[in-house]
Amino acid sequence: MPRTLFEKIWDAHVVRDLGGGWSLLHIDRHLLHDLSGPPALAEVARRKLPIRDPELTFAVADHAVSSAPGRTAQTFELGSRLYGALEHLAAKEHIRFFELGQKGQGIVHVMGPELGLVLPGMTLICGDSHTCTNGALGALAFGVGNSESAHALATQTLRQQKPRLMRVCFDGSPGQGVTPKDLILHLIGKIGAAAAAGCAVEYAGSAIRAMPVEGRLTICNLSVELGAKCGLIAPDETTFAYLRGRPFAPRGEMFERAVAHWRTLYTDDDAGFDREEIVDVAGVVPTVTWGTSPEHTMSIDGAVPSPASQSDPERRKAFAAALDYMGLQAGQPIAGTKVDWVFIGSCANSRLSDLREAAALARGRHVAPDVTAWVVPGSEQVKRDSEAEGLDTIFRDAGFEWREPGCSLCVAANGERVPPGARAVSTSNRNFVGRQGPGARTHLASPAMAVAAAVTGALCDVRKL
Amino acid sequence: MQPFTSVTGAAVPHLQANIDTDVIIRIERLTGGADLGRYAFEALRTLPDGSPNPDSVFNEPRFARAPILLAGRNFGCGSSREGAVTALMGMGFRAVIALSFGDIFFANCFRNGLLPVVLPDATLETLAAEARMGDFTVDLRSQTILTPSRNSVSFDVDALQRQGLLEGLDEIGLTLKCAGDIERWQSADRVARPWVWQTVRVVV
Repeated sequence: MPRTLFEKIWDAHVVRDLGGGWSLLHIDRHLLHDLSGPPALAEVARRKLPIRDPELTFAVADHAVSSAPGRTAQTFELGSRLYGALEHLAAKEHIRFFELGQKGQGIVHVMGPELGLVLPGMTLICGDSHTCTNGALGALAFGVGNSESAHALATQTLRQQKPRLMRVCFDGSPGQGVTPKDLILHLIGKIGAAAAAGCAVEYAGSAIRAMPVEGRLTICNLSVELGAKCGLIAPDETTFAYLRGRPFAPRGEMFERAVAHWRTLYTDDDAGFDREEIVDVAGVVPTVTWGTSPEHTMSIDGAVPSPASQSDPERRKAFAAALDYMGLQAGQPIAGTKVDWVFIGSCANSRLSDLREAAALARGRHVAPDVTAWVVPGSEQVKRDSEAEGLDTIFRDAGFEWREPGCSLCVAANGERVPPGARAVSTSNRNFVGRQGPGARTHLASPAMAVAAAVTGALCDVRKL
Repeated sequence: MQPFTSVTGAAVPHLQANIDTDVIIRIERLTGGADLGRYAFEALRTLPDGSPNPDSVFNEPRFARAPILLAGRNFGCGSSREGAVTALMGMGFRAVIALSFGDIFFANCFRNGLLPVVLPDATLETLAAEARMGDFTVDLRSQTILTPSRNSVSFDVDALQRQGLLEGLDEIGLTLKCAGDIERWQSADRVARPWVWQTVRVVV
């Protein structure tokens, strides 16, 4: 019987059928971060249970660490308690912990792929909704709450119901200035922030096949912004080349043996999906959000939508509330809207290719007066690689702040915030009310569009820069 | 986990779509070890100067400590923070009735004794229209909601999740009974996919 990529990975991990549509699913990798790790570890300790497979569990601090140049674990005081707790509990339980300032530290969804911790065909969880990022390598990766995290620490399994299946085909070649971020924002705007609720989403099509792994990670990162449980992409030669030589990837003959297995991980012809969507990539233009949900997207050359355009009264109210929060008028062109902050970073867009692209545009230009612009590399490795190429110098010369790896302004749980009322263009994945700080106004965009906004001081079509 | 059988009380109507877990509880509140109930929905309940927002339905006296929340599409979308569930429970909620839920939030509800119920648009509108008329009863045993006007609305819930809530089941305890299955699966996997297991001596 033909099966999808998702079903092949799922079926291979069923430890036991629990009946009623529930399965006990083996978890191959469990990542812990400083916010969700300590409570899950503490819960298992409170119950006096051992960690079943500490060698499959890895810990790193990213959410509540400062990104200030020269920072230590103590720079952000509330975070230092969480850092200490994670480091202490991990050591006690023989869980590998990647220290601040050492290779391996970084945003959990950046360091996992980078170290080869996540490999095709694996199941992976983390107490973080953007765990879906890792599906770009052909893994079944999803976010969980603390209770499920504790369950996995104690049993290396989770009790799960199989989600419905959705496939999105991105077909064609992107036009000038259009990046993976624009493609996924466009999709969310088109089908809505709850369109994939209860679904696993496989991304396919010629644009995905032609996309490097780092772009695929950006696409899968925003799966949860579609409401999906996870996003995944069939592993291919691009994936294998990316993984070869990474620290936790197999080596030599074992790598070839693994690749032979990974080559079986694709959706069979005739396998069925509950829903299919096709995106004509050539028709996508650089995209930004105007409101307070990732589904509030628009073309950079468009006008802010009017609540009156919405037939559903609740939607009309939500549009009006979003416009009010964002300080925008219906009908105004979004381009030209003055910007106060620019943030290049987060698990969506903080990898080396993102920073190269941003630096190429920033070179020879300068951040506009009154704009504060930050670049926060996604990991210690990204930071070191960027500095080896001189990207940090390009950013500094252009008036950007070059900072230390972590979640920083995407999550504002680390003492770093966009001030109330200030308008930010951010390469992150959430424009929720107060996400970047109480009263902060967030426009999601690609790294290229973020640079364009930083140097012109306003939302700006990168194609006209 | 706190079991759930039934609850009777006021139902707060707040049907806006896409109420995310950042709005339910700000992440900074999770770093402080504070009483999360105090801070639930703070962006909706308070004005920028910290005073109560007189236009917020959550500040209507009749809805103080209401145990039921009527919500819109995609309630609890966004972050996986389980604090969103504990914050709602800290505010007094025991059941959330919505058009749809964020997946992780929905799963977290069952692990903490908060009942999430999915109802279609028209039914939810009917319930919201009665929100200021009196108390509702949400009964998980009979899978029904009784409205102030004595209308009875039935709802679906997954059988295992229903049993888990009614009995306050300990999932970890249940799974530990499957230790033999887990051991067998892992032994076979160490042979089939040895690369998954070779992590200890890796140098980064």
